Parts: sequence; C-alpha cells; structure tokens
Amino acid sequence: MNEVLTRLQTLAAKRFGDKALTLDANADFFEALGIDSLQALDLLTDLEEAFDIEVPDYELADVTTFGGLAEVLEARL
Amino acid sequence: MELAGEALSWRHHGPALEVSLHRGPTNEIGTAMLRELEALVRYVDSGAGGARALILHSTLASGFCAGADLRELHEGIAERSERRRSQVGRISRRLPSPLRALTERGAKRVGKALVKREIGQFIDRVHSTFNALDEAPLVTIAAVHGPVFGGGFELALTADLIIAEKSARFCFPELRLGIIPGFGGIPRLERELGNALTRDLLLTGRSLGARRAAELGLVAQVVPRDGGLKSARRVAEQAARFDADTVGRAKRFLKKTPRARIAAEKKLFLEMVVEDRVADALGDFVSRTDVRPYLP
Repeated sequence: MNEVLTRLQTLAAKRFGDKALTLDANADFFEALGIDSLQALDLLTDLEEAFDIEVPDYELADVTTFGGLAEVLEARL
Repeated sequence: MELAGEALSWRHHGPALEVSLHRGPTNEIGTAMLRELEALVRYVDSGAGGARALILHSTLASGFCAGADLRELHEGIAERSERRRSQVGRISRRLPSPLRALTERGAKRVGKALVKREIGQFIDRVHSTFNALDEAPLVTIAAVHGPVFGGGFELALTADLIIAEKSARFCFPELRLGIIPGFGGIPRLERELGNALTRDLLLTGRSLGARRAAELGLVAQVVPRDGGLKSARRVAEQAARFDADTVGRAKRFLKKTPRARIAAEKKLFLEMVVEDRVADALGDFVSRTDVRPYLP
C-alpha cells in the first residue's frame, strides 16, 4: 500500500507539481492541488500506464484522496 | 481552398486535407460546428481540391471534443418551453378553470412535439454529415487527444482510422443525462467493437484509455503526446501512394454505414430527449460549478 501510494504521488507530482509529494494521504487532492475532473482523468491515464492496469473511472467516483486512490489501485494489481 | 471558420478550419498539407477543430471550451458540437462540418462535407463532395486523405484533429489543449453542445441544447429546450408557456398563458387566462387545465396539458404535449421535431431536424443534419464523412472517398483519420466524449466519440467513429495520443479517453456519458448517444455512435461502436464492450461503455459511462482502446481494436495507433497530427500525416502520405479508385472500392467493401441501426437510435434518442428529467439533468449539468463534472 505504501509503495503504491508513493508511486502514485510521484506520478501526480510530475503532472501537478511537487505539492503532490507532501500531501497527506487523507487530504482532498482536488481541493489541495486545484485540479478538475479532466485533469483527474489525465492522472488516471498516467496511473493505468505506470501500473499496467485498467481502472474504470466509476471506481473513482467517490475518491478524493491519494489514500483512497491507492486502495483502488491495490485492488486492481 | 482553405477555410478559417468559427468552429473549425481546414487547409491542405501534402496529400491531406487537415481539418482543425478549435471552438472552446472543447469543440462542443452545436449549430456553429455542424454548419462548418456541413461545409466540409460539401467541399469533400466537390473533390476536396484533390486531397487523398482527410485528417480531423483539435488544436485545443483541452482535448479532441467533449461532445454535443449541452448548453445550446438546454437553452434551446428551455427557451421553446418558455415561449410555449407564455403563449398558452395568454390564452388560458381567458378560459374557465377546467378548460384552462386541459389547455395547459395539451400545450405541454404540443411543446414537447415541437422540441422533438426541432431536435430531430438537427439530428438529421448530423446524421447526413457524419454518414458523408463515414463514406467519404478519402482515407479519413481522426487524430485525437484528451476527452473524446459523447458526440466527439461519435465523430471520431466516422473516421477510417483513429490515431490516439496517450492522453485520449473515449467515453459515452449520455446515460447520466437520461439519454443515449444520438449521432450514430452506438451503431458505429457496435460496428467497430461488438455489442459486449459497447454495452459496457454505454451502461457504465466509463472512459477507455488510448492503450486499452488500441488493444480492443478501436484505435489504430497510440502515439506520444502531441504526436497525433504528425503520425496522421505519415498515414496520409502512405495511403496516398495507392490508386484512389482502389482505395475507395476497398473502403466501400470494408466499411458499411449501419443506416438502419442509426435510424433506430435516432427514434429512441428523440423519445428520451423530450422527457422532463432530461431537461432537469441538462439544467443541472450546465449550471454545475464543481470541479468534477466529467467523473461519473
């Protein structure tokens, strides 16, 4: 879980800046990073490519934190 | 011939006619876009200045196309309903109350019939345009990136080949609004992918990334970010090496327009689009100010 979380924060930092690296796992990343749903879909594309998985976006419907996102990814690995 | 339009422009580049979509926010398909796509079809029908391929792409960073212009659709429905209400109001005020209620119910039905007719006319124009693009004698390539949603997905599906940058995501979100795609997207997706995956995409509204879309056969090539147009030009150059008549005949053999299914889709779409909950859902969508409108 920690490894997944670290990887996803690294990917998010590449797209949205270093603030993503220091964000608490339970913080709302939409709010903290100021991203919108289209940017979230860009991040989803990055994650699918990096983890070599497919994540239907309805899995992310209620996900607003990196901790929650890491759980969704874990379940697909 | 070149065109610099409000929603799209075209110019010749080598053997290709390059069509750039550039109407913000993300090339929503409304009357302006449709009018210029119709002009494009007329140019293609007239021989497209000798072009051998047609490349459809977006110059906007926000993506290829986010679908139909829902704001225009919502405002059109609301404006017609309001006009009808006010006409009926003027008449019914002079009637006794039992007759007034009947008049208002009847007017609502008439109002819906008028909206249905007007949307039906718009859909007919879209179908005529999309079918013409689908059957164009040129090799048609959609070079896409970012959101390829709803009507944008339907537009891309008319192309012979889809070249997707890694950022591309394909999605039919229409069921969230209480409607189905109405621009021929379901029959064309069935043509390309088969019914099972079409149901998955339609009934969940989920999006499909470029890489997965290529694995499934929807996308011909996945290319790096900002590489779509360059790759499409290479495809156009290669396709132009072959005899035009041979290409046209091969294409007619390979790619049939599913007209009967498109007509059936239109009928169902028009039944759905006049329902009150669609007007409500459209109103909610266009008034949303949160940051997550594109997540299910």
